[in-house]
Amino acid sequence: MFKRLKYHIAVFFSVIGPGFITAVVDNDAGGIFTYSQAGAKYGYLPLWTLLPIMALLIVTQEMCSRMGAVTGKGLSDLIREEFGLRTTFFVMMALVAANLTNVMANFAGIASSLELFGISRYITVPIGALIVWMLVVKGTYASVERIFLFATAIYICYIVSGVMVKPDWKEAALYSVKPVLLFEPAYITLLIGMVGTSVAPWMQFYLQAAIVEKGVSAKEYAESRIEVIVGCVVMTVIAFFIIVACAGAIWSVAPRDIKDSTDAALGLKPFGEYAYLLFCAGLLNASLFAACILPLSTAYTVCEGLGFESGVNKQWNEAPVFYGLFTLLIVIGGGVILIPGFPLVRMILLSQVLNGVLLPFVLIYMTIIVNKKAIMRDWTNSRAYNAVAWTAVAVMIGLTVALVGISLRDISG
Amino acid sequence: MLDHLFFTELVGLKVYDLKGRKLGRVRDAAIVPLVNAFRVDRYLLGGGWAWLSVRHDQIQTISLEGIWLRDEQLTPYHRDDYMLRLERDLLDQQIIDVEGRKVVRVTDVTFQRVQVNGHDELRVQEVDIGLRSMFRRLVQGVLPRPLIRRMMMPIPVNSIRWEFCNILESDPQRRLRLNISTRALEAMHPADLADIVEELGASDREALFGSLDSEVAAEALSEIDPDIQASILESLSEEKAAEIIEEMDPDEAADVLAEMEEARSDAILEEMDDEPAHDVEELLEHSEDSAGGLMTTEYVTVPHTATVGEAVAAMKGHDYALESTNTVFLIDADERLWGAVPIARLFLGDPVVPLASLQDERLVSVPVKEQQERVIAIFDKYNLVALPVVDSSKRLIGVITADDIIAILRQN
Repeated sequence: MFKRLKYHIAVFFSVIGPGFITAVVDNDAGGIFTYSQAGAKYGYLPLWTLLPIMALLIVTQEMCSRMGAVTGKGLSDLIREEFGLRTTFFVMMALVAANLTNVMANFAGIASSLELFGISRYITVPIGALIVWMLVVKGTYASVERIFLFATAIYICYIVSGVMVKPDWKEAALYSVKPVLLFEPAYITLLIGMVGTSVAPWMQFYLQAAIVEKGVSAKEYAESRIEVIVGCVVMTVIAFFIIVACAGAIWSVAPRDIKDSTDAALGLKPFGEYAYLLFCAGLLNASLFAACILPLSTAYTVCEGLGFESGVNKQWNEAPVFYGLFTLLIVIGGGVILIPGFPLVRMILLSQVLNGVLLPFVLIYMTIIVNKKAIMRDWTNSRAYNAVAWTAVAVMIGLTVALVGISLRDISG
Repeated sequence: MLDHLFFTELVGLKVYDLKGRKLGRVRDAAIVPLVNAFRVDRYLLGGGWAWLSVRHDQIQTISLEGIWLRDEQLTPYHRDDYMLRLERDLLDQQIIDVEGRKVVRVTDVTFQRVQVNGHDELRVQEVDIGLRSMFRRLVQGVLPRPLIRRMMMPIPVNSIRWEFCNILESDPQRRLRLNISTRALEAMHPADLADIVEELGASDREALFGSLDSEVAAEALSEIDPDIQASILESLSEEKAAEIIEEMDPDEAADVLAEMEEARSDAILEEMDDEPAHDVEELLEHSEDSAGGLMTTEYVTVPHTATVGEAVAAMKGHDYALESTNTVFLIDADERLWGAVPIARLFLGDPVVPLASLQDERLVSVPVKEQQERVIAIFDKYNLVALPVVDSSKRLIGVITADDIIAILRQN
């Protein structure tokens, strides 16, 4: 009995990584801004959305990790095999476009978080890009993953800064479980934004590829599933503390719209230099982390789906398309931040639109594939799970389409 | 004159009967590998309510404009497991490029058009994987076929000859029906085969190991990442897994079994022959990161009084481990380690020369419980290729070889 438990614990530690990293990176510069905005403007009221978001995240992530563990193939591989080259090609092109704008948002996060300390973006962005590039090109999968896991630990910054602003814990606890709906367009837009940004197409591809790269097998899947769920819980906890920090620091003083995440950080300043510094450090870490993962994940996914050699364990001349695409995303994604007057906000809205257009396809393809007996053998969804999965997919699609509408309105407006 | 045709061009071609009436469009084409591994045997048409099947000898001409038949006795298509259907079974799937030793994904297929008895026939010539085929497929149906051919000319070709393609099929019954041989894979270097296996999905990987010759499977398996080793063996039947493990070096076999759940590894040990099973079980007793966990029990010993001739005779009875043997160990009457002679030195002496006069002057050995880090340090310090392992009463119980040390250093 004890021996079996020890075995399972050992397996758990051997599969740790993919689920955790994916879920945590979900709180990238864009996510942090959305949650800061929620807390600053509406205080503790939007907290109740976090539990449903967590559930949606778990359902979608779980299916991907299961497909990875059972088939040993990436999601783009499976889409290619089931839906053909043309479908895959268009999905990949949309993914590259959406992820490129995401990379821009995160380089902007790097720039603005360090500008609070008076360091020019013309220094920080090139250095950040170089760090990101070197890490992946010169590293191996195991070393890269270790650094990523370390980076997830830095997210504790948000928990500490959340505690330091001494928010009203009773309110926070109450509104975490009490749904409040205000019939106010801005509030509804915000809620949709929170849910819509929580599940992004790149995550599905990244998670599945990482599970495969890690060599998780169907046998180890039980432990891997726990890891995925723990990752989603941690992501939710971090989001909770970001909202609470902004609610305690900004909303309780005077509810207002914030311009960007650094604006939120400045709002924390009256509650102590450390709360402010930690919030900035968290933003820098999240941006840097996502700026690493997104180009990497994109290069992986595209190469797999279209049949080019890929993998950080390969040399440049063995996988030229992989490294070329990776480098290009970093150079363009970081480069545009240095162009004066670049319409960054529009780009971020555009990224939401592209993600939103892509996500329904990805989720539907996923759910179809995960139900194919020929591919998943005994690991297809059960009927009850399918009901949950399709409901989750439908909810996600509905909210994402709404978000696309809102973003399109903002772009034109 | 058209001498080749691509599968993407074939799909959608109109098919006409003797009177020039259109019957339908080509939906898929199939090879029957048991009969002929190259010829497109059937053309499947989607016309009205059902699919029709056209046999290769019912066709008169094939061109970019369409296909004209010379016979009208068409049969409805029914499923046939003997057919390799190109659209369904080959396109977008992974195959093994035996010559290039890698796993690739099929984008298109190139046919050669030949004349047989006055009518056209298509033969599979190459499988296309490069950018050119990708472009061709993306625009097929959007632009006219001749224009696509002109536009794609500047893009480099990337194709694999059909003889070098090894199809992946996870159903063993169907592997037989499709006449898929593993001979070309078995001829590869085990390390290359291992790289290929690591790239495959779980079910293809398992199917491949199920059909490989046990000896080849064992050699390839030794080169694979330990995590994957265990999951492959767990997917096979216990008999097959036991056969493969028997062929592996005992220390590697023990490492794989240690990765598995106990019930499963016990069942496999049960299936194995007594002698190899016994060796492996002994090794399993030792902690993985001690000298005992690193050592193998396959090595050559002779009594310390033996001569060169006797040592050579002893090795003749040890055929299985010779490629990794580089030292002969001398033991006394109580099996205690007495000395070691590098094999190269055997060539220096006449058959009657006693081994004792050729032995290393300084004999290095480690106790079975020695920590892995210490063992590595000893290898480095004394520049060893083999290190004997002894138990508490100095009896020789195993040997650690340099390749084990390299594998550990690489993992860290």
